[in-house]
Amino acid sequence: MISYRAVSHRYDDRTVLDDVTLSLPEARVGFVGANGSGKSTLARMVNGLVRPTHGEVRVDGLDPTSDGAAVRRRVGFVFTNPDSQIVMPTAGEDVAFSLRRTVKDRAERAARAAEVLAAHGLEGYADHPAHQLSGGQKQLLALCGMLALDPDVLVCDEPTTLLDLRNTRRFADILAGLRQQVLLVTHDLDLLAGFDRVVVLDGGVVVADDAPGPAIRYYRELVG
Amino acid sequence: MNPLGLYAPGTSPLHRAPAGPKLLVLLVVVTLVVVRSDVGWLAGACGLVAVGYAVARPPWARVWQVARLLLVLAVFVGGLQLWLVGPQAAAVTVLSLVAALAAASLFTLTTRIDAVVAAVERGLGPLRRFGVRPERLGLLVGLTVQAVGTLAAIAASVREAAVARGAGRSPTAFAVPFVVRTLRHADELGEALAARGVGDEDADERTG
Ligand SMILES: Nc1ncnc2c1ncn2[C@@H]1O[C@H](COP(=O)(O)OP(=O)(O)O)[C@@H](O)[C@H]1O
Ligand SMILES: [Mg+2]
Repeated sequence: MISYRAVSHRYDDRTVLDDVTLSLPEARVGFVGANGSGKSTLARMVNGLVRPTHGEVRVDGLDPTSDGAAVRRRVGFVFTNPDSQIVMPTAGEDVAFSLRRTVKDRAERAARAAEVLAAHGLEGYADHPAHQLSGGQKQLLALCGMLALDPDVLVCDEPTTLLDLRNTRRFADILAGLRQQVLLVTHDLDLLAGFDRVVVLDGGVVVADDAPGPAIRYYRELVG
Repeated sequence: MNPLGLYAPGTSPLHRAPAGPKLLVLLVVVTLVVVRSDVGWLAGACGLVAVGYAVARPPWARVWQVARLLLVLAVFVGGLQLWLVGPQAAAVTVLSLVAALAAASLFTLTTRIDAVVAAVERGLGPLRRFGVRPERLGLLVGLTVQAVGTLAAIAASVREAAVARGAGRSPTAFAVPFVVRTLRHADELGEALAARGVGDEDADERTG
């Protein structure tokens, strides 16, 4: 389980997260808030990309800053821009890249990569140049790169912000079917429909933490 | 968008040549071209690379892409050198630039990255006991080749944006967003790599 205890974060002398305490046992947790409210900072702490200046973050009891490698084996992360997440020329090679530590045999790695692609809407794309995929397909590829490692948790930071409506739907459908716990940062409130819990951030503070209905209503009043 | 750094499938002898020796030849050619400053010799090197293209027969569109880039570079850099230094220096710079870049493009056009990474890992395996980590270097090669395509794509979209704003050929309208976007890309790529466990290999070795 993921938990934050009295977490604050400061860049230079600006406080961007202020005393956040959360335990997140639910399978689907959404995070909403204005630009700059601290969502990405909070999300990045889960796999050690950001180290809190105060307080502690725990993933199954592990500290992402000192047990980074162990935590990153449990936590996958999908970023906003798929172009920055793809590191190999073809879709298959890119997914295989994730498997390089666990599957030593090259042929087996390629076969496993093709399976992961096929299971998530990219059947037959293993040999396709990754940079010629559509934006939506690229984001699915980034997702596959993470799912190949079979994490327990998937953190997604605005994964659909650069996608059109149709690809957003597709991404959301695939996300909904995953066995993993999902933490989703998003501005697309429709994506949170089936969620268990939504956390609203404002100026680095948790201002609402509730079921999607009331939390989103609160958020709309906050911005409107 | 069609990145320069991408493999173009084929069956020519250059395509079939093993990646390791091919990479070595490329390194030798590039090194020689950079250190020699004899115009006749450099022209010969350009000719040799041209023969390589004739043998590999990559699609015309791809050759044209490479040629166009080289032409622009040659005119720009050559012109600058001609103006600042003189004709001899300009010829040497342009010829070595063209020979080195054309040879590197020929290599990426005819070689799969997967094969390059495997060759580098194999070739550097014996250095492991000196603390070199071949996996890391293999990844580095893969990423470097990818970077060529990414930079080309960023350049193309920045140029489009400049044209759309009516800033046509203004160098600052190009340079500033190009540098900003390249840095942002590097930043995001670094985070994505960390999230995918690059750099965690040492911990694996410790814990087994
Ligand atoms: N690396 C950084 N250095 C300095 N300030 C940063 C950095 N990253 C984010 N910030 C600032 O921290 C605040 C919160 O950012 P972020 O967590 O990205 O918010 P959100 O994801 O909700 O838009 C913003 O004001 C942002 O400008
Ligand atoms: Mg953000």
